[in-house]
Amino acid sequence: MAMSTLHLQQIAIAIGGRHLVRDLSAEIAPGDCLSVMGPSGCGKSSLLAFVSGTLGPAFAARGRVALGDRVLDAEPPERRRLGILFQDDLLFPHLSIGGNLAFALPAAIKGREARRQRIDAALRDAGLEGFSGRDPATLSGGQRARVALLRTLLAEPRALLLDEPFAKLDMALREEFRRLVFAHARTRGLPTILVTHDEADAHAAGGAVLRLDPGARR
Amino acid sequence: MTARIQAHALLRLAPGLTLGVFLAPIAAGLVGTILPAFGVLPALGGDGLSLAPWRRLSEAPGFATALTLTVATGWSATLLSMLVAIGMAAALHHRPSGRRLGAWIAPALAMPHSALAIGMAFLVLPSGWLVRALSPRLTGWSLPPDFSTVGHESGWPIVLALALKEVPYLVLMILGALNQVPAEAQLRAARALGYGPAQAWLAVVLPQVLAQVRLPAMAVLAFSLSVVDVAMILGPGNPPTLAVLVVRWLGDPDPRWLFPAAAASMLLLALVVASLAAWRVAEAALQATLARWAMRGARQPAIGHVANMAAGAGIALLALAAASMLSLALWSVATRWRWPDAWPEGFTAATWIRQAGTLAGPAATTLALGLAATLIALALVLACLEREAQARKGTPSRGLALLYLPLLVPQVAFLFGLQVLLVRLGLDGSFFAVLWTHLVFAVPYLFLSLADPWRGYDDRFTRSALSLGASRWRVFWRIKLPLLLPPVLVAAAVAFAVSAGLYLPTLLAGAGRVATLTTEAVTLSSGADRRVIGTWAMLQAAFPLAAYGAAVAGPALSRRIRRWR
Repeated sequence: MAMSTLHLQQIAIAIGGRHLVRDLSAEIAPGDCLSVMGPSGCGKSSLLAFVSGTLGPAFAARGRVALGDRVLDAEPPERRRLGILFQDDLLFPHLSIGGNLAFALPAAIKGREARRQRIDAALRDAGLEGFSGRDPATLSGGQRARVALLRTLLAEPRALLLDEPFAKLDMALREEFRRLVFAHARTRGLPTILVTHDEADAHAAGGAVLRLDPGARR
Repeated sequence: MTARIQAHALLRLAPGLTLGVFLAPIAAGLVGTILPAFGVLPALGGDGLSLAPWRRLSEAPGFATALTLTVATGWSATLLSMLVAIGMAAALHHRPSGRRLGAWIAPALAMPHSALAIGMAFLVLPSGWLVRALSPRLTGWSLPPDFSTVGHESGWPIVLALALKEVPYLVLMILGALNQVPAEAQLRAARALGYGPAQAWLAVVLPQVLAQVRLPAMAVLAFSLSVVDVAMILGPGNPPTLAVLVVRWLGDPDPRWLFPAAAASMLLLALVVASLAAWRVAEAALQATLARWAMRGARQPAIGHVANMAAGAGIALLALAAASMLSLALWSVATRWRWPDAWPEGFTAATWIRQAGTLAGPAATTLALGLAATLIALALVLACLEREAQARKGTPSRGLALLYLPLLVPQVAFLFGLQVLLVRLGLDGSFFAVLWTHLVFAVPYLFLSLADPWRGYDDRFTRSALSLGASRWRVFWRIKLPLLLPPVLVAAAVAFAVSAGLYLPTLLAGAGRVATLTTEAVTLSSGADRRVIGTWAMLQAAFPLAAYGAAVAGPALSRRIRRWR
């Protein structure tokens, strides 16, 4: 299905009188990636939280987020259809790998067998064949990261938000996982926002780079 | 130096000593109940094994009804409390009000069961406050209506009163368990996958919390199946629940009733053990169902409404508990309160002044028992926890899990045999005997409430103080204890509240000669003037509430004073 452009219009975020983001506007076309850079505390994670609808009540924020002509501002997080990858993989420890993926797979795919096949196919494509029954705790960091990506994609998001998902991986894994994430985002035509403080991440993303300026005072 | 070495040696003995103090009376009590259940009680001419006590039990009038009533009320109260507590957590966790929930409901924990039950009776009786508030305008009744609430044969008032008390307890236990799970981050991940907050909580957080609230839930189940005071105040009289039946037979002038009473105690114990096993099976089944539900991938926004309804029921229960306490207070200061007036005609301190003389003795006993039990329990628990912290870094000792036994074994099952033992030792009716049984219950609750904060202490504070040259003893008193003072005070208040609210242990170990506010209030509840009952139940609730208030306000106040200086 055709993806829409992600629009950010005049977003401003402040906490306790300190402006984190001022008047940010951007258009992210399907398959493109906007990298938001800056040191910790500059408000890049708050920007993602605002876009996904989970910004805490302590923040003062305004601006508009839209996917194509669908305005998201009033939608609760669960209806925005924005896939998020966090710094931690956040696999649910009480569900198997297959269970984690089935949780994300839309209910429109009906029947135990059909769902199982879909999940097995996804695992196979990611080089994790036969992992369905495994406990997340038995996987390596790189494998867990890949499962987290699969889980996010299986929910059929309309855009991708990346909250430093490469930061905790070691160098070799980081490169490989980065390529995997951006390849998926491009083939699926997902508009993507990447938040990072690593130049190499932004370089690999290949799109526009936006630098947030730390601690801008009123 | 020698003093220090001795202190250290004592510390090493602490876990064994604590377990001995508790397991000994329970074990002795259970043996003392099993023997007469099979006909062995030489003092009363029972000197051979026989099944006669069981025959007598099964032939007792209303026995089958009593058994059904016990199972029905115990399980309904537990399931209702659990469902409402889970619903409240699922519906409120993401709202600002949910974060303050703990502070709101904590005082309900301090409330003695029996005071709450008496207050609820004042509320729901046909001549109670609820009907008064609606009559005659809305109901058209000009006389108290002719239906039964308190004492209804189904036992619903017992279920409701237990829920008033257990819902807040379970909610607090769930909130406590949440601290061990990265719930916030996992909920954000689940919501990004398209799940509403309530469904995300039920599918992702609940399965991780269930195992951690197993012990509290089982304690609620065991307590609800074997509760005596609430069932005496609110339950049907003929036949009552199994536990009340036992107490009634124990008080019978004909001592031969001791035999079927012992058999009934054993039956109750078997019932509780079977129920706990069934609970464990049900928990596993729920886990499997939750996992299958999660794997269907169905995003169901309607779950939010269901959770909201459960939360609404929980808030209604809290309101009912508050109204129950208010009705006690109103009756205790009412001049006259004619039916169907919604409020008393006037207010007076006369009842309190008239009762002051009789209240004073039991109030002093309650206070002395509560303080002594709390201080001894605190010393034992602190010694156990400190021993654990020094022996092995951070791993909870398994043996100490036995401390929870008194919460799972029905009180009548071992108190009965313990009483026989105390009579034999010539200790029954003594302050010491009552204090001992209070300790059996004060210690586990104190341990339960203090273990997590104590184990969560950052040991680097101790290590850095030791490296500055302070002794272990000094580090404990000057660094660790002051840092952990707020949870220590709350745990002490919990222990005090437990002691102040104990009915059956006080009654049996005290042989009716040690009167506390609780034993007197429960005795009076069956007939006295409501204004008199109001004063007793009010004062009974005031003690633990004051202890809890002091535990919470104390550290906050001292912080404020320090800052102000």
